Amino acid sequence: MPTPTLTTRIAVPERAGVSHSVATGASTKIAVRNLNFYYGKTQALHDVSLEIPERIVMAFIGPSGCGKSTLLRTLNRMNDVIPGTRVEGQVLMDGVDIYQPGTDVVDLRRKVGMVFQKSNPFPKTIFDNVAYGLRINRLTASKSELAERVEQALNDAALWSEVKDRLHTSALSLSGGQQQRLCIARALAVRPEVVLMDEPASALDPIATSKIEELIVDLKQRYTIVIVTHNMQQAARVSDTTAFFLLGKLIEVNSTEKMFTNPSEKLTEDYITGRFG
Amino acid sequence: MTTLTALCTLVAVGILLIILIYIAMQGIGSLSFRFLVDSPRPVGEGGGIGNAIAGTLVLLGLSAAIGLPFGIAVGVYLSEFGEGKFGSLVRFLTDTLTGIPSIVTGVFVYTIVVVPLKHFSALAGGIALALIMIPIVARTTEEMIRLVPQSLREGALALGAPQWRTTLGVVIPAAASGIATGAMLAIARISGETAPLLFTAFGSRFFSYYLDQPVASLTVQIYNYAISPYDEWHAQAWAATLVLMTLILSINIIVRIFTRKRF
Repeated sequence: MPTPTLTTRIAVPERAGVSHSVATGASTKIAVRNLNFYYGKTQALHDVSLEIPERIVMAFIGPSGCGKSTLLRTLNRMNDVIPGTRVEGQVLMDGVDIYQPGTDVVDLRRKVGMVFQKSNPFPKTIFDNVAYGLRINRLTASKSELAERVEQALNDAALWSEVKDRLHTSALSLSGGQQQRLCIARALAVRPEVVLMDEPASALDPIATSKIEELIVDLKQRYTIVIVTHNMQQAARVSDTTAFFLLGKLIEVNSTEKMFTNPSEKLTEDYITGRFG
Repeated sequence: MTTLTALCTLVAVGILLIILIYIAMQGIGSLSFRFLVDSPRPVGEGGGIGNAIAGTLVLLGLSAAIGLPFGIAVGVYLSEFGEGKFGSLVRFLTDTLTGIPSIVTGVFVYTIVVVPLKHFSALAGGIALALIMIPIVARTTEEMIRLVPQSLREGALALGAPQWRTTLGVVIPAAASGIATGAMLAIARISGETAPLLFTAFGSRFFSYYLDQPVASLTVQIYNYAISPYDEWHAQAWAATLVLMTLILSINIIVRIFTRKRF
């Protein structure tokens, strides 16, 4: 396989990579440009433009049906699997449009991992779940390296100590919170650059939720994280920047601190203070 | 309501039990080790159903080898890619095929296999039984794969798995025990078939291990003995029925053991 990342990074001029975020000053990892998204005839996203800086946590908030999950799923092209969807505009990752013809979707998804709302471990052992991405992408050369990467991923997901004695038992025997951390470990095992999380804690109890939140804060040292959440306290706790969506439009994107204390837009303020939504 | 449904259940199960017990009572008398291993002999000399048991196993193995891969493949196609008009057409055709009388399948295979080859054969019998299996296996496989949550597929796709690896590595294993149950039901169903074998495998009074030769089967043997005028053969037909029933039961148990939910 050629090395698309390397060549494209060299080929693409600086213009896409140099823009800086207001909030952190880090360079842009993902840039969304004038994105429109359609489910059949229904338009779910209207002209969304957004820059996601590297190695921060960005939260997408907004009421149900505002398009935040849809936008998240455009970032690793997971919407491709839904029939009748259509995308206009650009999503640039490291300056390269991931929707341009000839994009290797498999490679993209390896670089952009995803954690879903409902934990979805495969009906396999704990070890095989974490090893799945490594195996299908042939990322490890030997069995010992595979075992090493699995251990590391489970460590990164703060699950190793709880499962190290039962790696070869069914993943479905784990508790809900453990299953979700297993799914995070599975996503981390392939060493993605970006991790997308679609309401990762919405089905979990407060203790499991706080574990996931600690984990997210921990992970931003190494990964760019985009999290969709219904829970505004959660957005305030874990994220550096927050984007607020309403009816498929991006209303405001700002540093989380500013967003929750002194938002620029009236609509944001109304939503955050609970006047609607 | 509870009483009524319970009563109906009791009647249904009760009738089934009566049939089973009656077969066991009628059949057990003629059952012996010699009966299970011997070939048939003329009336009055005993003989057994060894060749028919062997023949039935050959036919079942042959039809499973042909029918299961086809049926499962069709089911996977219908569930994963069968959204369009073609999918609906295939689904309608499989449903229709399930309802075709098995004697028709027998005559059909007689026309396309037996006539060109100029003699009855185990192969023709296997094909006839496989044709009956395919639609059953296809529809149960489809149903079972549809039960696999979409989130599992998305989980695999999000890790960079191509569609075919997702289907083979995650979706089918997740549905495996259901698919195996469907396959088991199909095998149990065809092991009781007589009509499609009359024109294809035909039957034989000797042990035969050649796929291009006629082969005996329990059902055809039972049929032949049951319509004969001899009491001894009637008794042997009962015993053979008991053996067939036990065989189907064993297939069920064995498959169940192998497809026990491990996860």
